[in-house]
Amino acid sequence: MADFVMPSLGADMSAGTLAAWLKQPGETVKRGEIIAVVHTDKADVEVEVFTSGIVERMLVEPGTEVPVGTPLAVIREEDAAPAPAAPAPAPAPAPAPPAPAAAPAPSAPAAPVVPVEHHLLISPSARQLAHELGIEAEGVQGTGPGGRIQRRDVEAAAAAREAPPQAAPPAPPAVVTPPAAAAPPAAAPPAAPLSPAAAPPAAPLSPAAERNAAMRRAIAASMSRSKREIPHFYLGQTIDMSRSLAWLGQENLRRPVTERVLHGVLMVKAVALALREVPELNAVWAGDELVRRDDINVGVAISLRGGGLVAPAIHHTDELTLEELMHAFRDLVSRARAGSLRSSEMSEPTITVTSIGERGVESIFGVIFPPQVAIVGFGTLVERPWISEGQILPCPVVNASLSADHRVTDGHRASQFLAAVDRLLQEPEEL
Amino acid sequence: MSTVKLTYREAVRAALRHALATDERVFLMGEDVGGYGGAFAVSLGLLDEFGPDRVRNAPLSESGFVGAGIGAALGGMRPIVEVMTINFSLLALDQVVNNAATLRYMSGGQLSVPLVVRMATGGGRQMAAQHEHSLEAWYAHIPGIKALAPATVGDARGMLLAALQEPDPVFIFEHALLYPLEDEIDEEPCAVDIAHAAVRREGSDVTLVTYGGSLGKCLAAAATLAEEHGLAAEVVDLRTLRPLDTETILASLAKTHRMVIVDEGWKTGGLAGEISAQMMEQGFDLLDWPVQRVCGVEVPMPYAKHLEEAALPSAERVVAAVTEMAF
Amino acid sequence: MTQEEITQSVLQALTDVAPEADLATFRTDLNLRDQLDIDSMDSLNFLIAVHELLHVDIPEADWARLFTIDELVEYLGGRIAA
Repeated sequence: MADFVMPSLGADMSAGTLAAWLKQPGETVKRGEIIAVVHTDKADVEVEVFTSGIVERMLVEPGTEVPVGTPLAVIREEDAAPAPAAPAPAPAPAPAPPAPAAAPAPSAPAAPVVPVEHHLLISPSARQLAHELGIEAEGVQGTGPGGRIQRRDVEAAAAAREAPPQAAPPAPPAVVTPPAAAAPPAAAPPAAPLSPAAAPPAAPLSPAAERNAAMRRAIAASMSRSKREIPHFYLGQTIDMSRSLAWLGQENLRRPVTERVLHGVLMVKAVALALREVPELNAVWAGDELVRRDDINVGVAISLRGGGLVAPAIHHTDELTLEELMHAFRDLVSRARAGSLRSSEMSEPTITVTSIGERGVESIFGVIFPPQVAIVGFGTLVERPWISEGQILPCPVVNASLSADHRVTDGHRASQFLAAVDRLLQEPEEL
Repeated sequence: MSTVKLTYREAVRAALRHALATDERVFLMGEDVGGYGGAFAVSLGLLDEFGPDRVRNAPLSESGFVGAGIGAALGGMRPIVEVMTINFSLLALDQVVNNAATLRYMSGGQLSVPLVVRMATGGGRQMAAQHEHSLEAWYAHIPGIKALAPATVGDARGMLLAALQEPDPVFIFEHALLYPLEDEIDEEPCAVDIAHAAVRREGSDVTLVTYGGSLGKCLAAAATLAEEHGLAAEVVDLRTLRPLDTETILASLAKTHRMVIVDEGWKTGGLAGEISAQMMEQGFDLLDWPVQRVCGVEVPMPYAKHLEEAALPSAERVVAAVTEMAF
Repeated sequence: MTQEEITQSVLQALTDVAPEADLATFRTDLNLRDQLDIDSMDSLNFLIAVHELLHVDIPEADWARLFTIDELVEYLGGRIAA
């Protein structure tokens, strides 16, 4: 017998709420199949089971919050014998008298509210309204029977969306003003504070705003812990992107528009390959020792529309082609924004890449997501004067940074990593 | 235009009188419609006014005199057959379904049966299991005929006149408790539209769909919902049960997104179920809640007064059905 | 297609990518990215949506030079047969 337990879906998750079972007792499950949906502060996550077998019984009802590690269901493994029947309702020795043919009593059959597996409980009209208003139905709190979403719930979500946003802007990990070029990491500049904690709102929040607030709290806890426990040091490198962009331009000309690759994908691939050369950065800090990971699963920080941040992983990033990587990235972004990420994506990144995007500033020095040991930041692509063979020429460059955990690595190895990223981006056709 | 105060009963009589006076093909036939003036006193005085050729007593044989009415209609007359109540009409169902409704089709259009059949219907008079049926749904089920349910004094008069203009059989169901209902209507009798339902009370929170004897209960429920629960119910009177004016019902659903259908007939296989299915088919995306039904309780009608009351739809049951929808 | 039809299609594609866009206050003559939170992925998805709706393949070099909806509509007008 194996227990399916409440998983930890993030370093600082202590409890989760079982939102829905997607398998029923008696059903066969295979390792890796999605068995349930768990609701955390950050997202509703599909959770896989790690045992193959037959679901014996559920131990926890949907809607219950339990600590991480609590058994949620019992799975009978393939070759195990069936569990002895618990006090089986044996037929009573005295036969029950047959029910007399009673006059047919007027019975109104109770209308069961059956949440069909994995279907969102929402009235057709509310679903239509959500679509019209551009509200993600999954994120709406339902007040109908069984938690069914009604029109008024969608209307409330729309109203909350219109309300002035809660204090924190959707900031990626705190940006530290970059040290002057060549300043030693020891002279770590004072960390710019994350947006100031919002005063608790006076009025009760709508369901959507509640979720947002909960996500902010989760991010706040995680980032604070990171800064408390991890001795960060920072390296920066300005990377000449002219070859990469020229090659990409040619590539994209050949491809149909739906197959075009973004330059961000090149950077993620370069990071993944560079990790093969400096593998101690592809590891996690487990309490008091470094645990190296064999798989390179790069987490990509994705900002959510309307606020919030998640950083799910692309598995085996170093083994994917650019097309596969672009595809995976696009799929992750849309699922992250729809709130349907899988648990393995949430808990297995081995390193994170954050990018400030097109309209940001030149560099970003991220805060490491524990238990990872590094985070790579890419600033905005800009045109800058560049010296090439004694000449000053305009050149597209990007500022790449590495924030690393000084318990597990040092400046020498960290700089080898960044240098590798730079070198890889000079040969884009090899990515 | 000048108006006149009439009871529902008097309104039907006025329509009969107008029809008999203006169209010599029209005659009334039914049990006790002559000297007795009709079981519900609808035809009181008409025998004296129009004579025994135009106001004809029928023997105690529904199958016989409905069949005779079909024959007369086939022969070019415009008979109005009065079946005392829908309960007895069961004896004439074969004539209705297999002759009246189908002769046009079976004859390839050569024959038409411009027959009007009126019957009293419904319960609430302690007439018990065999005499209080609401089987309008069975008629609404039959292709080839029209089924009307006047719920107001104006419709009681106007629908009969409209029915007489139809080339095919029309069945009119007069809820027995409505006969004493009084209202002020135009003095001049004329036919009314029988193709559309009517919104009797406007609202935006829930639609109450009903017909016939349950209209008053729905209007009372709407008043209670407004005063005590702050809910604005829209009341739709179907008026015509076949063909249903689905468009008007849908338009109301589009406003309110919630619907309760109030139908005195039994719930299973009833008219409310038909309307509910149509709402699901044609108004799926409008629905914020499953369509609810308040119907006759699924028992043969009890005789004891308190049991009879409990078995029928009531304003209280309608209010409860609405408030259970978790506004 | 008329200019209005092209504009409608383009705005349709835009709201598919950025559903929170308030078309009532959105300015077609001002920089798109100034008004909406659009990153490189959204930009590419917008390009793909325009391509799917209007069947025009816009090379990246051209796309990078179009900053407002009005500019995009004018560009498309030149590429779509009337």
